[in-house]
Amino acid sequence: MAKVIKIALAGEGGQGVQSIAEILAEAANEEGKNALYIPNFGVEQRGGVSIAYVQISDGAIGAPKFVKADILIPLSPRAVKRTKMHAGKDTVYIYDNSLVQEAEVNDNVVGMQYFDVTPPCPTADEANRDMQQDMIAGEPKTCSFTKPGPGVDPADIPENVKKVIACPANDIAKNELHPRVFNIIILGAIIAATEVLPLDTIKNALEIKLGDKFKANPQLRDMNFKALDRGYELIKSAM
Amino acid sequence: MQEVRENNVLQPAMPKCWNEETKPHKFCPGCGHGMILKALGEAIDELGIQEKVVFGCDIGCSLLSWDFFACDSVQTHHGRTTPVITGMKRANPDIIGIAYMGDGGGYAIGSQHLFNAAVRNEKMTIILCNNCNYGMTGGQMAPTTLPGMKTETSPYGRDVEQTGYPTKGPEMVAAVAPEGAYVARGTVANIRQLKGFIKKALENQLAGNGISFVECLSSCPTNWRTNAKQTWEFVEKDMAQYFKVGELRTPQAKEGK
Amino acid sequence: MAEVSLQGEQRVFMTGNEVVAWAAVAAKVDIMYGYPITPQNEIMHYWTRLAPKYGKRFLQTEDEISAGFTMLGGVMTGRKAFTATAGPGNVLMQESCVMAEMMRLPAVYVIQQRGGPSTATVIYAQQETQLTCFGGNGEGHRIVFSTSTHQELFDYTLKAFNAAWTYRFPSFVLGDGYQAKMREPLTIYEAAARGVDLVPTTPLVGEAKPGQFKHLRNTYNTEDELYEVVMANQRDWDAMAPKVVEWKDMHCQDADVVFICHGVVARAAVGAVEELRAQGKKVGLFRPITVRPFPDKQLADAVKNAKKVIVAESAYGQFLKMVDLALCGSKVERVPVLRPGIGITTEELVEEYNKL
Ligand SMILES: Cc1ncc(C[n+]2csc(CCOP(=O)(O)OP(=O)(O)O)c2C)c(N)n1
Ligand code: SF4
Ligand SMILES: [Mg+2]
Repeated sequence: MAKVIKIALAGEGGQGVQSIAEILAEAANEEGKNALYIPNFGVEQRGGVSIAYVQISDGAIGAPKFVKADILIPLSPRAVKRTKMHAGKDTVYIYDNSLVQEAEVNDNVVGMQYFDVTPPCPTADEANRDMQQDMIAGEPKTCSFTKPGPGVDPADIPENVKKVIACPANDIAKNELHPRVFNIIILGAIIAATEVLPLDTIKNALEIKLGDKFKANPQLRDMNFKALDRGYELIKSAM
Repeated sequence: MQEVRENNVLQPAMPKCWNEETKPHKFCPGCGHGMILKALGEAIDELGIQEKVVFGCDIGCSLLSWDFFACDSVQTHHGRTTPVITGMKRANPDIIGIAYMGDGGGYAIGSQHLFNAAVRNEKMTIILCNNCNYGMTGGQMAPTTLPGMKTETSPYGRDVEQTGYPTKGPEMVAAVAPEGAYVARGTVANIRQLKGFIKKALENQLAGNGISFVECLSSCPTNWRTNAKQTWEFVEKDMAQYFKVGELRTPQAKEGK
Repeated sequence: MAEVSLQGEQRVFMTGNEVVAWAAVAAKVDIMYGYPITPQNEIMHYWTRLAPKYGKRFLQTEDEISAGFTMLGGVMTGRKAFTATAGPGNVLMQESCVMAEMMRLPAVYVIQQRGGPSTATVIYAQQETQLTCFGGNGEGHRIVFSTSTHQELFDYTLKAFNAAWTYRFPSFVLGDGYQAKMREPLTIYEAAARGVDLVPTTPLVGEAKPGQFKHLRNTYNTEDELYEVVMANQRDWDAMAPKVVEWKDMHCQDADVVFICHGVVARAAVGAVEELRAQGKKVGLFRPITVRPFPDKQLADAVKNAKKVIVAESAYGQFLKMVDLALCGSKVERVPVLRPGIGITTEELVEEYNKL
């Protein structure tokens, strides 16, 4: 039976959790692997945490959701609390230890029966600007993670996991790159932690997804790839 | 309107019949639902009927108001709030029954109920939020979607050849309801007037005259994908051009008093 | 990903709702009737975008009762039609479905189950299993395919149209919110590219020849008259059942314990069986693909050597009842895992096994 790698990502609406999951799953599919991605969805709530479940395997994939993740990545203090049940003894736990405030969510979808299934592009300058209006739109969400705050409470980090890695993706994005490539750093981190896909596959996937924008603004490509490499290196050295 | 100062900013007071525990409310920023319910709340306060009201909300974004008021409330099915409140009022005429719904709930799936409640002149109040689409399910075409307007199920714009023209609900109710009915169309762009309409509607129920129906032109910036300025333009110009604001039926006018 | 098309075949990665829309295109459906409801909305969203490109039509009706009956109108004219819904919408569709049963209309319904009762959740459940199989004032003369992968969603949507037009019983594709919203790879294809024949359609009304008019009837005067009609339908149904019934089993031959599930829950069971087999445990899986007609003999046969069966479903006993009925003569011990409105994972099933 081929090993199935189970990845759970959780964050605030607007952190781009669903877009990372989607890029990851699509890249795996392009590599000829089996991939399954399912967002959690429901009637949106204020303060709701968005969770994405991704599974990648060379063989068949079972149930769309799972209890214990191989890689669990909660990206906000609230997400850390919400995802405790997914941490197990074999879980590699990567969390963002930036000192950020609880997300300031511009929650313009509170109450909607929708989740960001097709997420807005993470590199857009303005929320929803890039939305393909004539496509099945996911829900536009934005949030700002630029305000300093207490960050994750260390007491909330689960203990009996395989490995805990802190990754200050938000700080790096804000201070070294651009807040918007925050989730691309995380994407790099996942690749390093799972080794399921070569980094180049993801670059390819980004190229396909954001190709037009890269062409219009080559700096964007640079910044995204830098973010990807940065996330990758960070976790590689910690693993 | 009463006003209080908070952080040195003028804040309109919350209607007394609002359930403070559930505020801030759950609608998107810029959504008209909250404004309509504010007008309704003030009207309830002014009439002092908080304890007598039974508030029924539909399935649609109106469902988010199931705990909005400090009044007895019930969430029903999509389109079925009119019959649920009808049933209550028939069984216990002492209540003030308010059915709150969206345009999909009232004019599509629940249109037969609206029509027949009007024909029977049910002594209840129906308040309907017209936001030109199905908000809760992610912006599909509604009976009220304007000609040419793009929605998830009219991706190339509403084609009136295929789907007809937007439903004019108050006009329909006004056409079929017997004497004693109160019918009006207000807009969130004129809250004072809207509150006046809603208050008259409730008074009509209190007086036992007949059905009272108020459609409210409302906003759904989330699904319209509009910013604040565009949202207001749409409500004030595009919608108001098609849907004429004003009173269509008052009991007095009908009786020629 | 390359532009999706239906020329030949193509491997794609998409949500289940999109899969259904493409399958309907592949089935050469003429018209979809529908009313918005989560988690089925995107079937309509994709269809309204695809339909004009393929010269197809769409009507958004005023509710599901209307969507069901407009579809009946559509199929009576000999056009291929379908609708899709969920939860409370499925309840409303039942009225049209019993008319289709009585009048033998090739109606096709796609159901993406959500939590119930009432408006409950928009997410996921298997609580419409009984409703979809028996939800009318009739004998449940329907064909219900319960899918568990996107590939099946595509294959069985195609099949549902063929079954409906071959046997003239209403046909359902029974999916759920998870299948609707998740993405996974599958191969979509033009029916011809796979040698799948699309059953031709014929009009019941609207193309009359002089002197040959049809009078479609739905009401009968006497008990005996009705009895004849229902029994004739029943005989057709009985003759059809063995031809359409489908199931999958896995390692049942030597299994001491057999999981019995349908739909997306069967995926969890596949995972559990693989994991437990790798540990040398003698477990198997039986999965009806058609929950109506139910593969009762096949099930009884599959578990004849087993000591216990674990029946797992995201509902409180709707599927269990069907299993119980099929196994009424068998002494095998039944261990129910009943989780209304909530998903079941591989880990949970392994745990249930370990508790035995
Ligand atoms: C029988 C049934 N059909 C469909 C739905 C799905 N549904 C939920 S809300 C809604 C539309 C809401 O639109 P509207 O009534 O205009 O209210 P809004 O959200 O725009 O305020 C629909 C179709 C349902 N809950 N029940
Ligand atoms: S989706 Fe539209 S109607 Fe619903 S709460 Fe948001 S703005 Fe209001
Ligand atoms: Mg509406």
